[in-house]
This record gives sequence, C-alpha cells and structure tokens, in this order.
Amino acid sequence: MVPTDLRYTRDHEWVRIDGDSATVGVTAFAAEQLGDVVFVELPEAGRVLVRQAVFGVVESVKAVSDLFAPIAGAVEASNDALAGAPELVNADPYGIGWMIKLRISDAAELADLLDPATYEKLIAQA
Amino acid sequence: MTEAAAEPLHETALVDLHRSLGARLIEFGGWLMPVQYSGILDEHRAVRQRAGLFDLSHMGELFVEGPGAGDALAAALVSDPRKLTIGRAQYSMICADDGGIVDDLIVYRLGVERFLVVANAGNAAVVSDALTERIAGWDALLDDRSLATSLVAIQGPAAAAILATLTDVDLRSLRYYAIAEGMVGGVPSLVARTGYTGEDGFEVFTDWGRGPEVWAALASAGSAAGALPCGLGARDTLRLEAGMPLYGNELDRGTNPYEAGLGRVVKLEKPGDFVGREALERATREGISRRLVGLTVTGRGIARHGYPVRSHAGGIGVVTSGTQSPTLGRAIAMAYVNPADGEPGTILEVEVRDQGVAAEVVAMPFYRRPGG
Repeated sequence: MVPTDLRYTRDHEWVRIDGDSATVGVTAFAAEQLGDVVFVELPEAGRVLVRQAVFGVVESVKAVSDLFAPIAGAVEASNDALAGAPELVNADPYGIGWMIKLRISDAAELADLLDPATYEKLIAQA
Repeated sequence: MTEAAAEPLHETALVDLHRSLGARLIEFGGWLMPVQYSGILDEHRAVRQRAGLFDLSHMGELFVEGPGAGDALAAALVSDPRKLTIGRAQYSMICADDGGIVDDLIVYRLGVERFLVVANAGNAAVVSDALTERIAGWDALLDDRSLATSLVAIQGPAAAAILATLTDVDLRSLRYYAIAEGMVGGVPSLVARTGYTGEDGFEVFTDWGRGPEVWAALASAGSAAGALPCGLGARDTLRLEAGMPLYGNELDRGTNPYEAGLGRVVKLEKPGDFVGREALERATREGISRRLVGLTVTGRGIARHGYPVRSHAGGIGVVTSGTQSPTLGRAIAMAYVNPADGEPGTILEVEVRDQGVAAEVVAMPFYRRPGG
C-alpha cells in the first residue's frame, strides 16, 4: 500500500502538502524500478519551476531519470543529504529520501494530483 | 519511427529458475536474460568479495573441427589459434575486410583438431555465418551449438573453493585462460578459467538441458560462502571496472582493434592471409584517428554511453560506457578521444546534461584484484 497521506503523479512522484508548502519525492515503486540509486542532482533554493519542468535527475547504476515538478512553485529547499547518500532514495523514499520542498504558487493545480487509491491502481497495472 | 519485426526472444534453460529467484528479465542480444536479482550493487559486491553466479547461456558456442581447423581459424580471425596448446584459450576478434570488428571472441583449443569459439549473444548468428563461409575452403567443419549449450559462470575470490567441492577437474593446475573436461555436480562439462569480471572465476559449458543442474549445484555449494546469483547489470559494472570492452559499446563494425587498444590481439606476423589483414596493416602504417581511453570523472556527475567528450585542445570524443563504480565509489567511463588527448593525466570535459564535467584520462583497468 502507498502512504495514504500523500498525493501522486503519473511520473511516480509523491507530494506532501503542508499549508502552502509541498514536499516532493519519488515513490517506492519508482525507487524499486530504478534500482540502486547512485546519484541525485537537485536544484538550488530559489529556483522557480513551472509545472512539469525538469527540476533534477536521479541516476541508478543503469538508468538516468528526470525529475518533473508535479506543480508550479519556487524551490524552498533541496535535500542536500542525497548528494552524499543517494541510497536514501531506496532506503526511505517517502521519508529522508525526499527531494525538494516547493512553495505552492497555484493551489488549483493540486486538484490534478492523483489520490492514493488512483496511484495504487496505476502501479498495479504497470 | 519504424520498429524492426520482433523475433521471438530465446530463453535459456534456466529462465524458470531466474523467475523463481525474483530476477528482473530484459531483452539482451535476442535473449530474455536476468538483469538483476537482489540488486546490482549487492551482486557486484558479492563478486568482488565472495562469489557470484551467472547464466551466460546466451553466448554463442561454435565448435570448429577437422585437420584444417587451426589453419581455417587463423585465416578467419585476427589471432593465431594454431599457437594455442591443447587446453588453453586466447582472446580474439573476427574482423571484416575493412578491419572493422565483427565480434570479439574467446577461442579455446580442445584438441589437436578441435576448437571452441565463444561469441557474443547478439553476434552469434553473424559470427556463425561468417565462420562457415571463411572456413569453407579448409578441411574443417563448424558445429554451431549455441542453442544446445548451457553456460554457467562462477566468479569471485571464493569461486575456486566453491567449484572444487563439485568437480573432478584439478582447479589448482587449471590456469587462467585454460579449459578442461570433467564433471561438475555430476554433469559432464567443459570447465574454463575465464570470465568477464576482473576476478578469478570459471565458466562451465554443459549440454543445454543440464544447465539447471550445474547452476543448482553451484548455488548450493556457494550459499555458505555468500555466493549470489548475478545479472547482466552487475556483469556490466564488473567488466567496466576491469577495463574490458563490450561489443556494441567499445567495439563495433566501425572500429578497428587498434582504436580499441587491442592491437596486441592482431597477429600480423602470423603466416598466411586472414580476413582484414590488408586493412589492419594499413591501419598500423597510417595510425589511428581516435583511441579508447579510461576516464575517472573528477567533477560531479556520471558519464554515460553517448555523452560527448571535449578537450581543451579542441578535440571531441564520445563516452562508450560509464557508470558509478561500486568498488571505487566514483564515476568511471570509457571513451573514444583524439589520440593526442589520450595520455593518462589529461583533463577532459564530459558533457553531462549540457554542462561540462571534468574527467581525467587514466590507465585501465580501473580495478585490479588483489594479487591479480
């Protein structure tokens, strides 16, 4: 089961909404599909992202995957711990393996995110 | 975009075993093969520290037999298999008339008139056809047993101790690049001390249907030593650390052995003509326009297959293979660069997502096993 307190995207990212701030990461399904994550590249705080902008990259031993902004917003913080310990993405994708925090610029976009049940169905079909 | 008509994938005799072990299966060289089981890093480390088990049944096994087998192979390949003593092997290549590499191979001498040529899975049919054509004028016959042979490898520092419990082959006297007939776990086999990991290890050839027995025997004998089943993912990172080329990445029809740094494999001094001789002799006279080098990425990023390489002198090149080295903990790569940029210590730039990332040319291999 995926965590029920999060929203999701079709690109296998999760979003935790906390007031006007949103924390973004990749789902356990994505981490499993990627395999051992060995490199993560994240944006500097302050960068303004439009929805679906590539904001970073996560690389496993074999694959390179772009990270897409699930909603528009300004980057408040990036998870610096991933530079030295990219394996945290595999170990705890919904926790200390988080990627960025965004200041939500358009709350209306949140409605387009998937609820847990819908995302659960999506990965069941994958 | 048009897609080539998909041929049905070959499956090895071990495919059900892989599934039961939870392997992730992918298409490789026309075969459905395990890319990973527990995880590439886990498997990689098992081979470096203990042992790993590989299903390599996708490889092509071509037996060449007859009074003229040695001469036929010497005329077909760039090396000289006639120089092999019985029970020894050599790394070789089959080239086209223009000197381009058709495949890289291992040639084993099994008898006075009997050789085994092992080809890459994706090239096995092409090599089989080319060899058949090239040996036609000689008193030799080719028996393509690719689909009748299982190949299981055990690689790593514990490989010899594990295999020794299962075989009557005297492993202490079986040298690197040697092969012997014997039993493995009760199955008639050819046991070769070869591999593609940079570790000590063995490759066990058996009849197709008996591959699972050999695998099961090795897995059972290896479990106490911590041996793990390993997929193509770990095989790739292991061979890259060991500085070994992969056909399709470092080697292809548009590349000659000298560019790949494998000129030592070409025996221009051997008597008789061979396919590619004229072009390869010309290449030694005229020199090469690009050269394969090893890179360690000193900046932040991972160089990957296809990424451009630039030098301060204006040379351009391309990464052929690259990964984060599990053993070294840094990004390593192989790349073709201008020969002038190929000296160890030269600082180059790999273009990673539109940004220049510093990389240093280093001598290969990146990893050498202790005492190896």
